[in-house]
Amino acid sequence: MDIFKPVQSFADFVTYGCFHILPRSYWGDTINFFIYDTIKIGLLLIVINYAMAIIRYYFPMEKVRDLLAQRRWFGLDYLLAALLGIITPFCSCSSIPLFIGFLGAGIPLGVTFAFLICSPLVNESSLYLFPAMFGMKVTILYNVIGVIVSVLGGMLIQKLHAEKYVKTELLNVKSRAQVESEHEGVSLSFGQKASFFWKEGMGITRQIFPYMVLGVGVGAFIHGFVPKNFVEQYFSAKTWWSIPLVTLLGAPFYANSVSVIPVMEAMVGKGVPLGTALTFMTSIVTISIPEALILKKVMKWELLALFFGITLIGIMLMGYILNAIF
Amino acid sequence: MKIEILGTGCSKCKQLTVNAEAAVKELNLSAEIVKISDLDKIISYGVMTTPALAVNGTVVSSGKLLNKDEIKKILVK
Repeated sequence: MDIFKPVQSFADFVTYGCFHILPRSYWGDTINFFIYDTIKIGLLLIVINYAMAIIRYYFPMEKVRDLLAQRRWFGLDYLLAALLGIITPFCSCSSIPLFIGFLGAGIPLGVTFAFLICSPLVNESSLYLFPAMFGMKVTILYNVIGVIVSVLGGMLIQKLHAEKYVKTELLNVKSRAQVESEHEGVSLSFGQKASFFWKEGMGITRQIFPYMVLGVGVGAFIHGFVPKNFVEQYFSAKTWWSIPLVTLLGAPFYANSVSVIPVMEAMVGKGVPLGTALTFMTSIVTISIPEALILKKVMKWELLALFFGITLIGIMLMGYILNAIF
Repeated sequence: MKIEILGTGCSKCKQLTVNAEAAVKELNLSAEIVKISDLDKIISYGVMTTPALAVNGTVVSSGKLLNKDEIKKILVK
């Protein structure tokens, strides 16, 4: 049962009924896609961000750090770190303070990396937007592979004793009393909590919205104007080089995962294999030049290369596996 | 009163500074607003998520882009 059928009907009505644009024309397809996706993703965003606000309330970074530092999870800390990376979003400007904060609390480098790799790879978009866009099978496969890549990557970095590549001057900085979790000591009633989550969630939704619309715009353009033959010629041939190609294409850039999803939708609609499209998206979301520049301040280039290398290989692996299955 | 905005320079930190300035203006406080983008200093505050806000040396919020009203509430306490 497709719960978004009413949205599609509305989009059809506005495009063909109100604007009187012919279906199957360039503009018809573009505008229809634009209206449909903007509303659909917009609604999903509101719901998802509400849920994320709840999670962030109960799992602020300080708690995550303490959770990982205080217990010896008998080797499972990599998995825990990856899972926590999934549910806790952070802006990439926070990468360094976070990295230092974790290391300073005594969390092993490999565990920290399991967190860092998984965080952009698997997030609320890949968990909650994917099912609505690509179906449960793809969602589960993508997220499971993402977690595995993060855990193995973290373990590899730990095994390689990559601590020597961290710029340790920063680790020696004396830090003031641990920053207390913000909500300690303040108890909110159920109603207050509900409205707090709503405000927090809507705040994030409002922030992401313009970028999402931009992404839908690009996707709509692809959907309406890019001819299928063009795509078939260059991308849908499941040539072995298309995966590394799109990975490297997407690497220097960054866009919010929500913005890239409509672009991916359009690409897949034009015949680009799902694995290739997902690889492209993941590469855009996880790695970027600005992120590299930021991390360079705290990692020697060997560690940075290791981090990015593992992430890129993991992404490509994901692409190949998905292309093989679907 | 010393207000410090901790952040490495992305748009959120800049916006937080703008909001803080507006809050201070509306409350008519005499406060010094300082932008800290030096990593060593940010880390020394024990902050893990930027942007962060510190008042008179104590971190009162981290990881959130507070709007003007939320900052006002904090400053009045």
